Amino acid sequence: MIAELSHYALVLAFVLALVQTFVPVWGAARNDTTLMAVGEPVAFAGLGFVAFAFFGLMALYVGSDFSVANVYENSHSAMALVYKFTAVWGNHEGSMLLWVFVLAIFSALVALFGRHLPDRLRANVLGVEGAIAAAFLLFILATSNPFLRLDPAPAEGRDLNPILQDLGLAIHPPLLYLGYVGFSIAFAFAVAALIEGKIDAAWARWVRPWTLTAWIFLTLGISMGSYWAYYELGWGGFWFWDPVENASVMPWLAGTALLHSAVVMEKRDALKVWTILLAILTFSLSLLGTFLVRSGVLTSVHAFATDPTRGVFILIILVLFIGGSLVLFAVRGAELKQGGIFAPVSREGALVINNLLLTTAAATVLTGTLYPLALEALTADKISVGPPFFNRSLGPLFLLLLALMPFGPLLAWKRGDAYGAAQRLTYAAGAALIVAALVLYSTQGGPLLAMAGLLAGVFAVTGALTELADRVALFREPLAASFARAKGLPRSAWGTSIAHAGIGISLIGVVAETGWSEERIASLKPGENVSIAGFELLYKGIDERTGPNWRAEVGHFDVRVGGVTVATLDPAKRVYLARNQPTTEAGIKTFGLGQLYVSLGDSEAGGAISARIYWKPYVTLIWLGTIVMALGGMLSLSDRRLRVGAPRPAARRAAATPAE
Amino acid sequence: MTRRQRRLTLIGISLAVLGLAAALALSALRESIVFFYSPTEIAEKGVAPGTRIRIGGLVKEASLQKNGLDARFEVTDGAKVLAVTYRGVLPDLFREKQGIVAEGALDASGVFRADTVLAKHDENYMPKEVADALKKQGVWHEDKGKGGAK
Repeated sequence: MIAELSHYALVLAFVLALVQTFVPVWGAARNDTTLMAVGEPVAFAGLGFVAFAFFGLMALYVGSDFSVANVYENSHSAMALVYKFTAVWGNHEGSMLLWVFVLAIFSALVALFGRHLPDRLRANVLGVEGAIAAAFLLFILATSNPFLRLDPAPAEGRDLNPILQDLGLAIHPPLLYLGYVGFSIAFAFAVAALIEGKIDAAWARWVRPWTLTAWIFLTLGISMGSYWAYYELGWGGFWFWDPVENASVMPWLAGTALLHSAVVMEKRDALKVWTILLAILTFSLSLLGTFLVRSGVLTSVHAFATDPTRGVFILIILVLFIGGSLVLFAVRGAELKQGGIFAPVSREGALVINNLLLTTAAATVLTGTLYPLALEALTADKISVGPPFFNRSLGPLFLLLLALMPFGPLLAWKRGDAYGAAQRLTYAAGAALIVAALVLYSTQGGPLLAMAGLLAGVFAVTGALTELADRVALFREPLAASFARAKGLPRSAWGTSIAHAGIGISLIGVVAETGWSEERIASLKPGENVSIAGFELLYKGIDERTGPNWRAEVGHFDVRVGGVTVATLDPAKRVYLARNQPTTEAGIKTFGLGQLYVSLGDSEAGGAISARIYWKPYVTLIWLGTIVMALGGMLSLSDRRLRVGAPRPAARRAAATPAE
Repeated sequence: MTRRQRRLTLIGISLAVLGLAAALALSALRESIVFFYSPTEIAEKGVAPGTRIRIGGLVKEASLQKNGLDARFEVTDGAKVLAVTYRGVLPDLFREKQGIVAEGALDASGVFRADTVLAKHDENYMPKEVADALKKQGVWHEDKGKGGAK
C-alpha cells in the first residue's frame, strides 16, 4: 500500500511541477500577480508529495518489504537498522529520489524566503526550479521507478552492497546532493534574469548566500566522500581522479569561481554577464556529473547498474537545460548593461584571475574526464587518463592560484597597489620559506612539485592570517584596540580569511601525503615485526568475529615506539554473507596529525597474512582543511549583510529575517 | 588606462592563462595516457615491451599461483591468454573467473608485469573495457552486466 501511495505521490508531484513550471512564468509574462502567486503554494505542495514518496520508500526499507523490487535488490532483514535508512539512496532509483527531494526542498526554501523578491523574478525562478523538478520526476517515473513490485515476493533481500554498509553513506551522498542541487538556485536566478533581461546588485545579493550554502555542502560532501574512500577501500588513497570524483569537483571549481564573481557583481556592479554564465555553467556541470554517474558511460567505482535508456533520457535533460539556457544567454546576455570599470591591478582584477584559474582548472578536469570517451567514440582506442595527467596539468594551476590568493584581499577595489600588498606579505612569505626550509632539512629533500606545493600551502595560510592581522592593525596599535577592531570586523571578512587558510591547510595535507608517505607491503606470521617511520608493528595473530550479516577475520597488531606499546590496530577483512562479498576494514590510528594505516590482504598457507602498512604524515590536514573552509563559509553566511531578503530590508526587518 | 586598454589587458591575461593550461594539459595527455588492450589485441597488434599499458579480461580458472606476496595468474578474453605477474596485495574482489584490469608493462618474454591490479567493488560488475573485450570474442552474456557499486 505504501509503495502504491508513494508512487501516486510522485505522479502528483510531477503534475504540480508542471504547474510550477508554466503558470508563474506565464503570469510573469502577462504581469498577472494572481498567476505569479501560484508558484509558492505549488512549491510547498510539491515538496510535500516528494517527501511523502521519499519517506514512503524509507518506510519500505525499514520494514524490509521485499515485495518491492528496489528493497529486495538492496536490503536484507539482518542488516543493521541505520543502514536500512541509508540504503534508500544506496542505489540508482533511490538516489534519484533523494536528488529530487533535495531539489524540492530548495524550491520550497526559495518560496519561503523569497517574499521580498520582486514578484516577476520570484515567479520566473520558481518556474525554472519547477522545470528541473518536472524533468527529473519524469525521469524517475519513466525509467527509474523505485516502487515496482515483485510477484511472488521473495522471502529475503539480496543485501546492500557491503561497501555501502557504512556511516559514510549516511553523510556523503546527502551532503553532495545538497551541494549539487543547491547550485540549481543560482542557475534558476540566472535564467530568470535572462528572461527579464534585467540584473542588478540586488540579484547578486540574493544569489550569493544560496551559492555559498551549496558550496559549503559540496565542499563537505566531497571531503567526506574522500575520507570514506580512504578508510573503506583499503588502498590508503584519498583521491583517485575517478570520473565520478571529477564530476563532483568540476561544479565545485565553477561554484567557487561563481562565489567570487558574485562578490564583484554585488560590490562593484561589474562582471554581470560573466557571473550569469558561471551560474549556468556551474549547475550544468552538476547536471553533467549526474549524467556521467547515472548513465554508466564511464567506468567508475560508483557505477550502478547501467541501462542505456536512462543514459539517453538524462542526456536529453542535459541538452534541454544546458542548451536552452546557453541559447537564452546568447540571445539576451548582451542586453545586460555592463558597469563598474576597474584597473587590472585591483580587487576586481584579482577576482578575475581567480575566476580564470578556477574555470580553467574545471575545463582541464572536464578534458581529462571526457577525452577517453571522445577518443573511444572516434578511434575505438581505449585509454585511461589517470592521476599523472591531473597532477601535471592541475598542479601548476593550483600552485599559481594559491600563491596569488593572499594578494587578492589586500588589494583595494577599483585600483590596487600590488607593491604595497607584496610589502605587507613579506612576513607571510618569509614564514612560508622558513617552514619549507625546515621541512627540506628534516626530510632531506622531496619531489620538486611537493616542495612548491608546501610553499604555496603555507603561504596561503600565513597570507590569510596576515590579512586578518592587517585589518585589526595587530602590533601597530595596542592589543586592546586590535581586539576591539577584531570584534567590529564583519563576519564575512573573518569567513574569507578562514576559508582561504582552509584551502592552504588542505594543500599542505595533500602535499605531505603524496610526497612523504611511507608504505610497506609485507607477508607476516604471528610474532613477526615490521617497522615503519619509527613505529614497530608486531603482528600477533588473527581471529574470527561475526556480525549480523557478516563474518570477519580480524588481525591484531601492537604498535610500539622504543619497545613500549602505544596502541593496537585491528584491521579486518569482512565477508558479507548474502552476497559472499569481501570488504576491507582498515585499521587506522591517528598520531598527531598523521595516521598509521593497516589493511589486510589474503591469509596464506602456514598462518602468514599479507598486509599493506602506511604511515601518512599530516594526512588529516586534508580533511581538517576542508572543514575549516566550510566553517569560513558558514561565518560568511551568518554575516548580517549577506542575509537573504533583497531588496535590502530595513535594519528592523533584517533582524526578523531568518539567516539562510 | 582607457577602458579599451583595460579590457585588452584582461583579455591578454586570460589568453595567457588559457594557453598555459592548454599546454600543460596537452603535454600531460601525451605523456600520461595509458592505452587498454585485451589479450587478443596484444597477440595481434604486438605491443613493445616496456610500454605502459592496461590489460583486462577474466582471471583464468586454476591459473593463480601465490608465493607470499608474489602472484602469477593468467588473464583471458576467451580467445587468447596472457600471463601476468604481480607483487603485492591483490584486491578483495580478485578471484578466478572474475573480471580484472591491470596496469603495467610487458617484459621481453611477453609476460605482463603488473604494478596495479584493479577489481571492481561488486561481484557482478564487469569493468567496461573487459566487457567490450569479451563481447568481441563472443563469450559475453548480457545478464552478467547487472549490478554495480557505490
